[in-house]
Amino acid sequence: MGYPHSHDLEVGTILSRHFGDPKARELKSWLTHGGYEGLKKAVGMEPSEISTVVKDSGLRGRGGAGFPTGLKWTFMPQEKKGPHYLCCNADESEPGAFKDREILRWTPHLLIEGCLIAARAIRAEHVYIYVRGEYFPFTSILNDAVVEAYDAGYIGEDILGSGWSCDLTVHIGAGAYIAGEETGLMSSLVGGRAEPRIKPPFPAQSGVFGRPTTVNNVETLAAVPMILVNGPSWYRQWGTEKSPGTKLWCCSGHLERPGNYELPLGIPLKDVIYDVCGGAPNGKKVKAVIPGGSSTAMLTADELDVETTYEGLQAAGSSLGTASPIVMDEDTNIVRATRRIADFYAHESCGQCVQCREGTAWVARILKRIEDGEGRLSDIDTLYDLCEQLTGRTICVLADSVVFPLRSSLDKFRDEYEALIGGRA
Amino acid sequence: MKKIHPAVVAAQPFQVAERRPVDRLFADEEGKDRLEKALSRYPEKKAALLPMLAYAQERNGWLSPGAMEEIAEALDLTPAYVRSVATFYTMYAKRPVGRNWIQVCTCISCHLHGAEEVFEAFLEQTGTRAGEVSEDGEWTVIEAECLGACGFATVVQVNDRYFENVTPDTVPEVLAELATGRSEE
Repeated sequence: MGYPHSHDLEVGTILSRHFGDPKARELKSWLTHGGYEGLKKAVGMEPSEISTVVKDSGLRGRGGAGFPTGLKWTFMPQEKKGPHYLCCNADESEPGAFKDREILRWTPHLLIEGCLIAARAIRAEHVYIYVRGEYFPFTSILNDAVVEAYDAGYIGEDILGSGWSCDLTVHIGAGAYIAGEETGLMSSLVGGRAEPRIKPPFPAQSGVFGRPTTVNNVETLAAVPMILVNGPSWYRQWGTEKSPGTKLWCCSGHLERPGNYELPLGIPLKDVIYDVCGGAPNGKKVKAVIPGGSSTAMLTADELDVETTYEGLQAAGSSLGTASPIVMDEDTNIVRATRRIADFYAHESCGQCVQCREGTAWVARILKRIEDGEGRLSDIDTLYDLCEQLTGRTICVLADSVVFPLRSSLDKFRDEYEALIGGRA
Repeated sequence: MKKIHPAVVAAQPFQVAERRPVDRLFADEEGKDRLEKALSRYPEKKAALLPMLAYAQERNGWLSPGAMEEIAEALDLTPAYVRSVATFYTMYAKRPVGRNWIQVCTCISCHLHGAEEVFEAFLEQTGTRAGEVSEDGEWTVIEAECLGACGFATVVQVNDRYFENVTPDTVPEVLAELATGRSEE
């Protein structure tokens, strides 16, 4: 498992500063890098004060939705009438995304510290870190760090002599994309199938074990300790007014230098693709980019001059998602690539909602037919119709997720579909 | 018996080559310890279900109907409920798999790097068809959805290990490394 070129860009790395240094996983070494300074500060603060600092920093959820983190924390009941829980979503499984694993792998104590600070902010007494089952090597690293932190008194009873107690449990899944959806994660954690459920009630009202719960992504929580130590304006030196801070990028597909990069939000997408990642290899041209992981709309090579912020990519008709561009070069068969994405969603549909269970499989089947040269022109209309049927009609957004890449590929690469169909009506 | 901190008892690698089969999951000290520690971490018994399914697979290499029934009894659940959960998740083996369970990611980023050819190479060189166990019990090869290492395509998971940047040409090296692991034991 070779670590790729990444954290050495001179842009002020925060999260990835110690990526590639195996020593940083160990508590002793981590403490020399300012480890647990944020927690020391947090135990002397009121929960609402912690939320305010994070709210002022403008930190937004890094799991894809971009919801303001500090604001989310304030949705939790201010007066406790029983247990509160924090779930850290480490069920990273969006095709294209491979960032949370790097945090688990290189700086597990940073994540643990972020979890504890968030737990204090929402008055939780137990943190569950839900890691996708496949991540065994990275979970083992996290496990070691958790035991170290327990032994050193950073987790457990009377943390740092403050009188405040909080437990933390690492819990692993067993291969289900939908467990990354927050209500799916909660269904899975309590011992069920990872089936999402309708909101409301929102997790802050009724989450795991029927109690108020907050679910935050790994990268979000890892940003918290340094925000607490250095203050909101320090964090705002990177990024834009509405999308402050840095973001871990996951760059894959046809790239000269694929890998993880920490970059300030707001830099043009074309700079990420060409300057940072070196464009497509072997002198090929880039044909299309799926900017935020497989559930976001494709952009053509001419559409890459866009600001990489939540609002910038939205204005371009796509989404920042998890900042996981999948790059396709000029030789890529777009129909085939879209079919492979549709296969994923068809496989991962939990099956509760008819539209999703049937529709994702129909999309995959029709695309396969076109790919195999057996399609008809009416198939294109059927696919557009399915885009309508799959949007906004289901419990969660898995069905919508297949529509974004599908509709954009139909809109922007219709000629490729028609060429494979060859005029059959 | 390996001493495991209760905080991480629900996060042990459960897809491993070195299996330690048991007839009764919770009859020995280790099984009792795992169950008790897992139960101590949740306010409801049911939440220990995934950790216990994982434990059964860690010991036996797969989830037999008998193991699922034992877990159901230990957690006050019905066997049907336990099966309904176990079958939801792809990583639980509902029938025996080879000592080396090879999962080749063929999702979009790996697909763009020719993952299907890597998958075919594994099938050919292990002499198996997708999902079946080789005659010597060593190999099972399947396609997997995104394994979360897209920048290092093609990604292959074998039990609790990741192999990255695998090409059809490097498949023999991966297999040789796995076979060597066997002889060292």
